[in-house]
Amino acid sequence: MLANTDLSRFIFGRLTLDSIPYHEPILIVTFLGVVVLGGALLAAVTYYRWWGYLWHEWITSVDHKRIGVMYIILAIVMLLRGFADAILMRTQQAIAFGGNEGFLPAHHYDQVFTAHGVIMIFFVAMPMITGIMNYIIPLQIGARDVAFPFLNNFSFWMTAGGAMLIMISLFVGEFARTGWLAFPPLSGAEFSPGVGVDYYIWGLQVAGVGTLLSGVNLLVTVIKMRAPGMTMMRLPVFVWSSLCTNVLIVAAFPVLTAVLTLLSLDRYAGTHFFTNDMGGNSMMYFNLIWIWGHPEVYILILPLFGVFSEITSTFSGKRLFAYTSMVYALVVITILSYLVWLHHFFTMGNGATVNSFFGITTMIISIPTGVKVFNWLFTMYEGRIRFELPMMWTIAFIVTFVIGGMSGVLLAVPPVDFTVHNSLFLVAHFHNVIIGGVLFGSFAAINYWFPKAFGFKLDVFWGKVSFWCWVVGFYFAFMPLYVLGLMGVTRRLREFDDPSLQIWFVIAAFGAALIAAGIAALLLQFYVSVRDRKKLIDATGDPWDGRTLEWATSSPPPQYNFAFTPIVRDLDAFTDMKRNDFRRPGDGFRPIHMPKNTEAGVILAGLSTVCGFALIWYIWWLAALSFFGLIGYAIWHSFNYDRDYHIPADEVAETEQAYASLAAGRS
Amino acid sequence: MAHAANSQNAPPESFFELNEHGHETGSSTMLGFWIYLMSDCLIFAVLFATYGVLGANYAAGPRPEDIFELPLLAVNTAMLLFSSITYGFAMIAMQARQTKMVLLWLAVTGVFGALFLGIELYEFGVFIGEGASPQRSGFLSAFFTLVGTHGLHVTFGIVWLVTLMVQIQKYGLISANRRRIMCLSMFWHFLDVVWIGVFTFVYLIRMI
Repeated sequence: MLANTDLSRFIFGRLTLDSIPYHEPILIVTFLGVVVLGGALLAAVTYYRWWGYLWHEWITSVDHKRIGVMYIILAIVMLLRGFADAILMRTQQAIAFGGNEGFLPAHHYDQVFTAHGVIMIFFVAMPMITGIMNYIIPLQIGARDVAFPFLNNFSFWMTAGGAMLIMISLFVGEFARTGWLAFPPLSGAEFSPGVGVDYYIWGLQVAGVGTLLSGVNLLVTVIKMRAPGMTMMRLPVFVWSSLCTNVLIVAAFPVLTAVLTLLSLDRYAGTHFFTNDMGGNSMMYFNLIWIWGHPEVYILILPLFGVFSEITSTFSGKRLFAYTSMVYALVVITILSYLVWLHHFFTMGNGATVNSFFGITTMIISIPTGVKVFNWLFTMYEGRIRFELPMMWTIAFIVTFVIGGMSGVLLAVPPVDFTVHNSLFLVAHFHNVIIGGVLFGSFAAINYWFPKAFGFKLDVFWGKVSFWCWVVGFYFAFMPLYVLGLMGVTRRLREFDDPSLQIWFVIAAFGAALIAAGIAALLLQFYVSVRDRKKLIDATGDPWDGRTLEWATSSPPPQYNFAFTPIVRDLDAFTDMKRNDFRRPGDGFRPIHMPKNTEAGVILAGLSTVCGFALIWYIWWLAALSFFGLIGYAIWHSFNYDRDYHIPADEVAETEQAYASLAAGRS
Repeated sequence: MAHAANSQNAPPESFFELNEHGHETGSSTMLGFWIYLMSDCLIFAVLFATYGVLGANYAAGPRPEDIFELPLLAVNTAMLLFSSITYGFAMIAMQARQTKMVLLWLAVTGVFGALFLGIELYEFGVFIGEGASPQRSGFLSAFFTLVGTHGLHVTFGIVWLVTLMVQIQKYGLISANRRRIMCLSMFWHFLDVVWIGVFTFVYLIRMI
């Protein structure tokens, strides 16, 4: 049926039955698992008649809180996929010694480490921070939504569309075998002729549009939509850190878009940007991708620095130590993050002068980062610290991140880098800062703001189990890699000869198993918390004695966030309100102007995803159809001027009274 | 500290805006669009940088002086600059609320834009006919991509312009449409500025 005839080539491009990897048992089992679980999920949604609810309340929602939650769900789902890749690699490396080739063939192993990196950065860390920022920023600045609510919905679905393309590559065709940044000439048409790199390119391009637009959106939100009285130096630190991150997103992601476009031109149109011959220059790719890539790691970590600042201050019961220096440190990091990209390829012939410059700028970044660490410590100093889960994650972060930061400063020294570059030392370093910083921060944020989002706290016991498994598992998994790196083991190896190395890989695999337990405990924590939600309820909207405006409204906040826009008179606006025995207005509610839900975002993103899939497989008619469908639908959508409505005052009064009576009855 | 000065039991009005006036929708659009344009500017910056690095890699193929035709280019540049002026006239007409004049000037702008595109495509056709295709060398890859990306933006601008004209015809110069006209204005002038960069750094510098 799918013989290689002209007709089937026209209809299916280069997609044939051979593209389905049914000869790989691991993939078949995974596929069956996905079919069974996914089928069960879809059946449940149908059985309980949730489709309408999902469509009207979530998928088409322009409410920043709903979108934030969807981002975080996407991140957690993708974390499971990315972690499955990690477990495969750790197991493979632990057993592939002395002639034993392990269970992953080379072409599969190379896809696994590429997919692991791509998924963890683009589809776990990015959606996680975007989700947290989406949820929290408008609440902390006393706004009712982001500046462009429709765009926000569209951004989310573009991110989800990119994630979907990456997931499809697991079962249809293959993924890139190039490493997570797809360096040419390996990623060029000559050495990677298959669809793997094309999945990579279009997955990231589709998601990249979403990331860029959400960056613009949140930037404008912070600049234009702050509550009256909230001057820039009264912004909660989390909002400051998010502002810096979104500046970085807007200033870095276009570079990624451009460089991936050039790579795709090389692959699709036969141009010579990064080829070895005909005037191409692959060093251009290295420079450009890292001009995006280095700011990217700060994009990931900065919002979490903000999270830790909020948590440290709240759970120490004190104002944040040296707020102003914290803000300046953030801004300095933002600027410096653009001046260090070359440290990712010290060894690639830049010369001593250039290397020295970038080595020094890299080391300088540790100064503002050190300022932040000391500020957190001084905030805790003489504070009455409550060791709730968010605070535990924060302390684990400080310890772990400092270790990772120090190994980073080592790598910033060019002569040291020459000896350990591309080794497991590097792998240990960036996992040390990304897990210790971004993931620990995300878990801190989830535990901290979950009661705000859902109206009940997360279960403490399973939270602690998850915490200890993760933290201890992290050290078991990555400290051995530092040792191995110093012994000269390079990254991305599938098998080993020297049996003396094996014990370290076994320890690392044990660590990965502990982390798996940590993830299981996290899921169990969600389950148990939902089951016991009546017991864990937060009726007041302020379960932690919070200091910023998100705690000034109910948990979960009403759709409009605040019935009356708060007036900010001090840093830590909500603490100021509580100290002055503020009273919530009980009447005089007014209609509230809100944006309408729209299905345009999911339709546009769906068409983009189809277009990406068609381009990957050279199905040109489908690519053209979906592309012109995309343009046509966007134009059609622009004729819809009726995009907002008012929530009637009665409805606002009803919602507020329900909250007031709940708070009065429980607190 | 600020809160110490306040009396106990502060009334609600010191913490909440009780008499809130509706904010005009879309008041942030101009800033948002401007930030988007700056991100677009970075895409062009990357393409300029790429042209700067690869622009002399001829791979024994055609060189700028072999293919560039400055007189044609002067006409082409004039088309785009004229279109910016006529867009300015459309903005003036918009301030005066003259719907017909807005439509007229937008149409003139669109025609100039289309002429610019036509000449550019003709130029590309000639180059490719002479064997100077994007696949020929790093220089030509960078050249076609930079100039072509600008051309794609102009194409998109024209599609937008036509859409907007229909919307103005249908709904008049309502505030949403005025906002869109201003956004497209920024977009159009931005493309002009980029073209001045292309004209200078891609064509002129290589010919003098």
